[in-house]
Amino acid sequence: MIGRLNASFLQTTATAGAWAVDLFWYAGSLCLLFAQTVGGVFLRRLRLRAVVYELWKIGVQSWFIVTVSSLFIGMVLAFQSAYQMQKLSAEMYIAGLVALSVVREIGPVITALTVAGRVGSSIAAELGTMKVTEQIDALMTLAADPVRFLVVPRFIAMVIALPLLTLWADAVGILGGFLIGTLKLGILPSLYWKMTTIPLAFKDLASGLLKAFIFGMIICTVSCFEGFRTEGGAEGVGRSTTVAVVTSFLLIIAADCLCTALFYFVWR
Amino acid sequence: MIEIKDLSKAFNGHQVLDRANLTIQTGETMVIIGRSGSGKSVLLKHIIGLMKPDGGLVRVDGEHVAQLSGAALDTLRMRFGMLFQSAALFDSMTAFENVAFPLQEHTTMSPEAIAQRVHECLQLVGLQDVDGLYPAELSGGMRKRVGLARALAISPSIVLYDEPTTGIDPIMGDIINDLIVALRDRLKVTSVVVTHDMRSAYKVADRIAMLYNGDILEVGTPEEIRASKNPYVQQFIKGEAVGPIQEGLPDRRVLSRWSSRASVPR
Repeated sequence: MIGRLNASFLQTTATAGAWAVDLFWYAGSLCLLFAQTVGGVFLRRLRLRAVVYELWKIGVQSWFIVTVSSLFIGMVLAFQSAYQMQKLSAEMYIAGLVALSVVREIGPVITALTVAGRVGSSIAAELGTMKVTEQIDALMTLAADPVRFLVVPRFIAMVIALPLLTLWADAVGILGGFLIGTLKLGILPSLYWKMTTIPLAFKDLASGLLKAFIFGMIICTVSCFEGFRTEGGAEGVGRSTTVAVVTSFLLIIAADCLCTALFYFVWR
Repeated sequence: MIEIKDLSKAFNGHQVLDRANLTIQTGETMVIIGRSGSGKSVLLKHIIGLMKPDGGLVRVDGEHVAQLSGAALDTLRMRFGMLFQSAALFDSMTAFENVAFPLQEHTTMSPEAIAQRVHECLQLVGLQDVDGLYPAELSGGMRKRVGLARALAISPSIVLYDEPTTGIDPIMGDIINDLIVALRDRLKVTSVVVTHDMRSAYKVADRIAMLYNGDILEVGTPEEIRASKNPYVQQFIKGEAVGPIQEGLPDRRVLSRWSSRASVPR
């Protein structure tokens, strides 16, 4: 009986150990790719045309979906808070609540999740397909660094596009709240605007944009890494795409929690 | 000179290369033959440093490939051209851009000079008017020829061919063979050709090496290989199902039982 328990304990410990090793390997590999990418941004000749093309793909092509999702999120936030605030006859505070929620949290997070789903999956699928069809090997045989060619332009475009999209999402989210506040709840437009701007501080906007910058780095690094380690044809590409999106989601939420704690509880 | 010494590589416990040894002289065309999955492409990828060996080494003109990294490895790779089995053209680039890519990256040639060189390489492989076509718009054979044009664009001194005639018609295959021979005769290019196509092997090879069970079983001129007494070599070059090589082949008794029982449904 004790022997069986010991064996079971050893088995569990071995499995946990293997998981821990995999986790450290994954984190280490991500950090290595991130370091190579940052090195590529500052130390190597940039491919500006590729950066502009990626900016168009990441920024412009995501604009519509970010606009629609932010508008509805802003409206939903206003509805939900109105439901509670009406009981206290404090509807006019909805403006500040929506603005703060959108600028600090909802704007950066929803934009990042949307871009991770739309662009991150596409990056992982594209690089994964290149990997399984030997195009990345071909790049290397032509003495071209895959990180410089494939990751750096996407990385630069992502860290520029995501804060800009977030800024737009903030504006549209506030507009969503404004529409509900003025058209449905009957708050005067000038009062709504005043109540929006009073609680908003520069720190709120800056922390949201900094979060977007960090989320951009996460999405690009994870998606490119998953693309590079794709193996096994179409099934492998599908798996990499899924893992890229799921990992990006998890890391975005975790980074959001960490950033919020740092910005509002550590560096007050 | 390319020196392969005691090269070993395993994937998930499966030993693909097992202390393989081979020397390829400068200016020589070495054809590597062997069954599918015998490690021929893996051997090529070790020569150009795309894979790191588990054991042993590859030296190219005295340089230990696995120990090179960064700029030194890129400098070595600039001397190579490689034609991939699947051509491995960049999907996002046109045929012209694919061939121009190494020239734009590694030379200071003017756009006009690059265009001239690209057209020269495309004509060399029998392609015209494909400049603006993307890989998805090309046939398999055309893709392979664009891949070959790209491999030759920067005038490499060593060219690695992974199944150069697979997937193209026999006439074009013969033209590719002539091109490999011409590169050796005129430009003294060292070529390593991996193929199953024995007709192509006899035509282009200075020497043929047969890879079997992870090691080089026999090396010799085409005449020596034809006259080999080794039953494994003889079975492979004649393409016979009966012989000492039986791994991965269906059981012949099962096959004959099935064929005697099989009938066409009416």
